[in-house]
This record gives sequence, C-alpha cells and structure tokens, in this order.
Amino acid sequence: MKLNLKIWRQKDAKTKGELVDYTLKGIEGDMSFLEMLDVLNEQLINKGEEPVQFDHDCREGICGACSLQINGEPHGPDRLVTTCQLHMRKFNDGDTIVIEPFRATAFPVITDLVVDRSAFDRIQQAGGYISVNTSGNTVDANAIPINKHDADEAMDAATCIGCGACVAACKNASAMLFTSAKVSQFALLPQGRVEAVDRVQNMVRQMDLEGFGNCTNTGACEVECPKGISLKNIARMNREYLSASVKG
Amino acid sequence: MGILDSKVPKGPLANKWTQHKNDINLVNPANKRNIDIIVVGTGLAGGSAAATLAELGYNVKTFCYQDSPRRAHSIAAQGGINAAKNYQGDGDSAYRLFYDTIKGGDYRSREANVYRLAEESANIIDQCVAQGVPFAREYGGLLDNRSFGGVLVSRTFYAKGQTGQQLLLGAYAAMNRQINRGKIKAYNRHEMMDLVLVDGKARGIIARNLVTGEIERHSAHAVVLATGGYGNVFFLSTNAMGSNVMAAWRAHRRGAFFANPCFTQIHPTCIPVSGDHQSKLTLMSESLRNDGRIWVPKRIDDAIAIREGRLKPVQLKEEDRDYYLERRYPAFGNLVPRDVASRAAKERCDAGFGVNKTGEAVYLDFASAIQRYGKEEALTHGIKNPDEKEITRLGKKVIEAKYGNLFQMYEKIVDENPYETPMMIYPAVHYTMGGLWVDYNLQTTIEGCYCAGEANFSDHGANRLGASALMQGLADGYFVLPYTIGDYLSKDIRTGAIPTDLPEFEASEAAVKERLQKLMSGSGQHSVDYYHKKLGKIMWDKCGMARNAKGLQEAIVEIAALRADFWENVKIPGKADGMNQELEKAGRVADFLELGELFAKDALTRNESCGGHFREEYQTPEGEALRDDENFKFVSAWEYKGEPKDAVLHKEELVYENIELKTRSYK
Repeated sequence: MKLNLKIWRQKDAKTKGELVDYTLKGIEGDMSFLEMLDVLNEQLINKGEEPVQFDHDCREGICGACSLQINGEPHGPDRLVTTCQLHMRKFNDGDTIVIEPFRATAFPVITDLVVDRSAFDRIQQAGGYISVNTSGNTVDANAIPINKHDADEAMDAATCIGCGACVAACKNASAMLFTSAKVSQFALLPQGRVEAVDRVQNMVRQMDLEGFGNCTNTGACEVECPKGISLKNIARMNREYLSASVKG
Repeated sequence: MGILDSKVPKGPLANKWTQHKNDINLVNPANKRNIDIIVVGTGLAGGSAAATLAELGYNVKTFCYQDSPRRAHSIAAQGGINAAKNYQGDGDSAYRLFYDTIKGGDYRSREANVYRLAEESANIIDQCVAQGVPFAREYGGLLDNRSFGGVLVSRTFYAKGQTGQQLLLGAYAAMNRQINRGKIKAYNRHEMMDLVLVDGKARGIIARNLVTGEIERHSAHAVVLATGGYGNVFFLSTNAMGSNVMAAWRAHRRGAFFANPCFTQIHPTCIPVSGDHQSKLTLMSESLRNDGRIWVPKRIDDAIAIREGRLKPVQLKEEDRDYYLERRYPAFGNLVPRDVASRAAKERCDAGFGVNKTGEAVYLDFASAIQRYGKEEALTHGIKNPDEKEITRLGKKVIEAKYGNLFQMYEKIVDENPYETPMMIYPAVHYTMGGLWVDYNLQTTIEGCYCAGEANFSDHGANRLGASALMQGLADGYFVLPYTIGDYLSKDIRTGAIPTDLPEFEASEAAVKERLQKLMSGSGQHSVDYYHKKLGKIMWDKCGMARNAKGLQEAIVEIAALRADFWENVKIPGKADGMNQELEKAGRVADFLELGELFAKDALTRNESCGGHFREEYQTPEGEALRDDENFKFVSAWEYKGEPKDAVLHKEELVYENIELKTRSYK
C-alpha cells in the first residue's frame, strides 16, 4: 500500500519542531508499524537524509520503550497493543498518517519522536517498592497464603509497562493510572501493606512535583492503555491516599 | 594455562558453596562506603546485583542503553523461573534440578556452578515473594507451578506469561529503593564503549551518553558486566533490537576470554518469519508445550495442499497428522529440551512437511487440551452431560487464563485466532549459552572484571533448559556475586577513589573517539542494517541449527570480507555529538562482525555435536547429536589476539565427579 506520512521532526530539545511530509510505497499488511518506519528510514539513509529517531527495543509489546502518537492516539488505532505490535493491516492504501511524540510537559522531547520519560522512574523511586533486603533469608514463599483473587488483581495492576500512553491520552497529562497501578499492586498484597501509608503519599507527592496534571475521570487512559490497566486502580489509590491522610 | 583456574572449592559438591562463603574474605561495612562498583546492564542479573551491592553498602553506578533500567530485555521472558522447592511433592530436590540442568546442557557445564545455582534457586522464590512479585497462585493461596521441557517434575513458578517482566520489575524496585537512598546512581541512555584497565585490573569504563553524544569516564574498584547475550549476531532473533555484545566484546578485546561462542539456543516455538521486512522474531513461550501438541501432516500431499491454501489444518483427521515429537520421544513427548525440539522441526520442514507459505512452520495445536480442560471444568462445576459446544467454551476459558496474553500476541501478529486454528511456529535464535569465561567467583580473566547472567558462559553448557535463564540471572545477582566480589574488594579497602585522569583513561577515551570517528567517516555506500542483515544470513545459513565444516570455513571467510567492507563503506548520517541511533547500531554491528567470525571458528574447532551445537558430520544413524567426551569435554575459552582468526584457544577441562556422563536420551 501507499501511505502519506506526516512525521514530527525536531533536531533537539532546544530547536522548534515541525511536521514533515513523506510518501511511502510498497508497505505490506504483515509489517508492524515500526517496520514501516524502518523502511522509511532505510530510504532516507540511502538518500543521504537523517532518519527519523524513535524509541523502541523489544518489539513484542512488553518493554514499554515504544511510544508514538498515531493519528492522535497513543500507540495508534488498535486496542491493547503497543506501537511495535500495531500492524499495517489496520491501515488502508492511500491513508494519511500523522505521527507525533507523546505530548506532556513532564515528557520533554529529546529529538524527533523520542521523549524523556524519566519522571516515571522518579515516581517509582519515591516509593514503588517493598523495603525488604535482597540478600535472601526471608520467610518461605508459601508461609503467607494470598487469596487468589487478590493475587490475580495485583498481577493485573503489575502488568503496567510504563510506556506513558496514559499520560499522552489524558487531556490533563495525568500520571494517575501509572502511579496507581504500582500503588494498587502493593496495596493488594500483605507484603505491601506494611508501608502502604508512606508509599502512596510519597509517590503522589513525586507525581505532582514532576508536573503531571490531575485526574478528571475521563477514562481516556484506560481506553488507550496497551495493557488494559483498569481505572479501578485510580479509585483504589484515591482511597489509599485518603486513608493515609487521615492516618497522617 | 594457569589463567584458566576455575577456582572451584574443594570438598563434597553439596558443601562447596557454604564452605566457600565461610572461607572468603569480607569487607567491613564502614569500608564498603569507600568502595565503588560499576554495573553495566540492568536486567535480572545486573539489576539484582546492583541492588544487593548497594544494600550491602558499596557505592554503585549502573549503566544501561535503555531509557530506564526497567526496559532491559529480561522483561520479555515469558514462561517462568525454576526452583527446587518441591511444593508439588513430585520428588524434586536441589540435586534433581542440578542433574536436569547438567544433562539438559549435554554435559558441557561446570558441576560446582550448576549445583550452587540449584541450591540458591529456592531462595530466589522466597526473595521475590517478599518483594511483592505476584506469582500465580492456587485457590488455597499457595504458589502454583507448571512444567517445562527436559524435566519430569513441575518446578516452574510463573506470573501469567510475563514472568520475566514481574521479576525484572522486582529487581528494578529493589534498585529504586537504593537510588532513593543515594546508594545507586543510575546512568540510563548510556552505553559502555570500553573497559579501562589500570595495572591489569578493571578500574572503570568509558561510556557514551546516548542523548548528548558525550564520551564520559567512570572509575570504580570493580566492574560487573551483566549485558545479556549476543543472539542478535543473527540479525533476526527474539532479542530486543538493542541487545548487543559490545560491553562483553570490549572486555574480550582487553583480555577477558570468550567461552563457547558457538553454543547458541534456537528456540523451537517462535512465530515464523513473514517477509523480508522482518525486524525481529517473537517467541511463543515454552510453557505452551505443556498443553500444545506439535504436528505436521503425515502425507506430503496434504502439506502441499495446506501451503497452497486448499486445505485447512482443522480439516485434517487425527490419523493423518504426524505428532512427530510424541512419535520420536515417547517419554518426554512435546516437552523434550529446546535443541531437540528445534532440530526435529527443521528435519520435518526440510523433508517438505512445512505448513506455511515459506514451508518453514509446524503446528502447535491446543484442540485436545481445550477438550481435556473443558471436560474437567464441566465435572468440577457439576455440569451434567455438557454438549460439545459447552466443553469447548469451558476449555477455551482455561486456556485463556493460562496463556491469554500469548494467544492475544499471536493473533495480533499473525492475524489468525489460535483458539480456532492451530498456531504456526518455527525455531528462532533465542539465547546464547556462550559468553565471557568466568571462574567460580564469576570473575573473568581480567582481575576485577566480573560477569553475570546470560553474558557469562557458566551454567547452561551446550543447551539451556526452559525457565533457567531467570533463575541464573537472579542467583548470580542477588546471591552469588555480592559475596564473591567482596573477597576481591577486601584487598581494596586502602586504595581510595580511582582517579579518572590516569593515562589509562586518557588512552582508552582517545581510542573510543577514534573508533567513532572512523565509523562516521565510511564512504557511505550502505546502511548499517544492510550489513547486519548480510551477517545474519551467513550466520543462520552456516552457523545455525545445523553446521558443517565446509559451511563454517566459508562463513569465516565471508564474515571477514563483510567486516572489511563495513569499515570501508558503511553510511552513518548525522553527527556523533548528539542522539544518533544509526551510530549506536553501527558500533554494535561492528562488534558482531568480529564475534560472528569467532563463533564460526569455535564451531569449526568443536568436532562433535552437543546440545545446540549440531555438526552434521557427527550424528547417530537416527539423527541425534553425537557427543565426543573423549576429545571435547572442555570449555573453549578464546583469547583475543587482534583479528578473530588469530584468537588462541584455551581449554578448561570439565570434571564430572558426581554425575556419570551418559548419552542424552529423551525417548
């Protein structure tokens, strides 16, 4: 198929960017979206132009490196996939596709389609862990039985890949879905309850410091999340936060 | 040959590790504060090592090329992690895990290392549960297990099909705790370009900041490399796009021996290649072989009809299907080890029975598992006389709960529903058992340079069993390296900080800059990917699932020529002083072009078949691997001498005191 691409090009953080038009032929439905960009880049390199830079690594939907706002949607039109797993069969011959970086104040553009998502790391550093030493000598893994329903729900929250689609989808650029997924995972497990009060307060404080917006319950994050992280997690985090504020 | 002292402690196998821990030197907590350690790579091995070392009190700097430690490729491991917990009461023990691993590795790994791994395995599960890793549980609230290939017990712990992700996020969380305490400083989007040796000891690295392009010097008292495997030498593999051998190869060039480079694992169950545009391959977890049955048509006419789209697999009657693994290996059936399953798939496809348009695919079928689970569910839910439809519905629900994310992934990529029609799979490069040679303490042949996880060679011999990579990464990082490195660092308590203005740092930085300059000044004929794809094709055709002397000799010549062409004519747009992903790729491919040649040379030297290394000249009449213990019961450790062709072979003889060497049989 033949495609008209409008791609955000930006030299570096200081330079102003713009959408640049490219026409691409010979794209097959079995190609992934990133493989389509590989084809474009190969052509650009052969023409002596600079290729489009974008983050990607595992190309199987789990590392969370790939991003891209495709026709206004994070990870494009398909549901429950990352850009690397989006296939060109979802598009038609002659389509115009607009490709931009994830947009948020807390995700500054580094170059082209590459953004800086280190704010997510700093939120995790503020409390996204259980303070247990890693030298072994803990209790036997089966010493504390955990209700299967809770364990499964914790797992569902834990599948977040930290890609930032929730932020890019939100009109407030809120990181509530991301932060709440980690808070939920630990809030649901007995191991995590011990530090629950401090954890939620520290993580939310860092989230605010990073410049993410507030949640106004539009639910766009849940729709665009490639891992289907549920809005319920935000509700749970709000509960945790409220009860932590009361406990002080 | 004194350099290759494995330093395996004396004494009975089961006591070696405990005794060793009692014997080695420790560093006083106050002194640890004055000691710096660099950890390169933040996957399971690097992340867990960094967290534990920092927790012990050392000052740790971590480096990863990704934008966050959480994205290291350990994250993509699907199926599970082995541990000899014997929670299922099926007769498992540390000894059995040890035995299975040695046998699975076709008797080419070091007994003492593997036993230590088996011993520590149970501790890993306890540790991870304490960290909040949400492993799958049964209704009683206790941990669930599944089976993997090459074993007769259920010892694999899992978190859906995302076990690697959950374990890595556990290690990442442990790292974050130390970053928050200021004990780890994380350098993300940084790539190690060289290892710096001072007086023969590893004392730092030269790194490139991938955002600004700056070349940086970092010093430490010891350097840990945990940078994963080199499967991307094949271009197409299940590795991440950025996975590379640079750190290990740079250390190799500085004196670290590279062991068993030809031992590569070709995983039997990956999604087949769909076209020339393909950039990487996707694994379908081995856990699927718990329930999926592998087959091709019995008659070649049917295979042709399927390839041409005239026949659908579901139309083929049971008696017209060849469940070739069940036929050839009745004892282990679909759960034979990976090397055996891969070769069997290749054998059928080479004979013309492949089922996709390229003729390189076999079926992995869940129909009978859906029926079996459906009936079981109907029974446990008290549904009397369920009809066929009801059974199928219930069965699909069970399969979805077990493998839902894998099925979804398959459907997105292939555009077929695997609940309705069998999956198509084919072997693909997945893991490299070879890597930097390390002694029992995980130290390479360079003093102070340690190597952990997939990047070292130590535990899996010539073939790794499923769910053992996660186990090794975490055992090395959490429980082995933090102890053994202390023994070395105990001599460094009076050294003080290592200055970065030493002439060794100057020289190393200059060499790095010169290399980058050289890369940037190619004549501009072809892109980096052009060379990488060419290299991959040589590797797959001549150093892949089956190798022979003639092909390997050709590969050596072809790779050397390709390397010369690359340095002459590669085209890298842009500049070196900023983000330049083509330049990053070029540096990695340049090293693959050296490693690939050593790989072929190693395979040519090893005149036997063992594990994943299958030399066509050495096979039994039934087509099984023919090992030669008399002449090849050793680890090949290669010393760098300039060009790969000049590399010098050192041998570490493998000593089996506790296990009798046998021909591997899964029949």
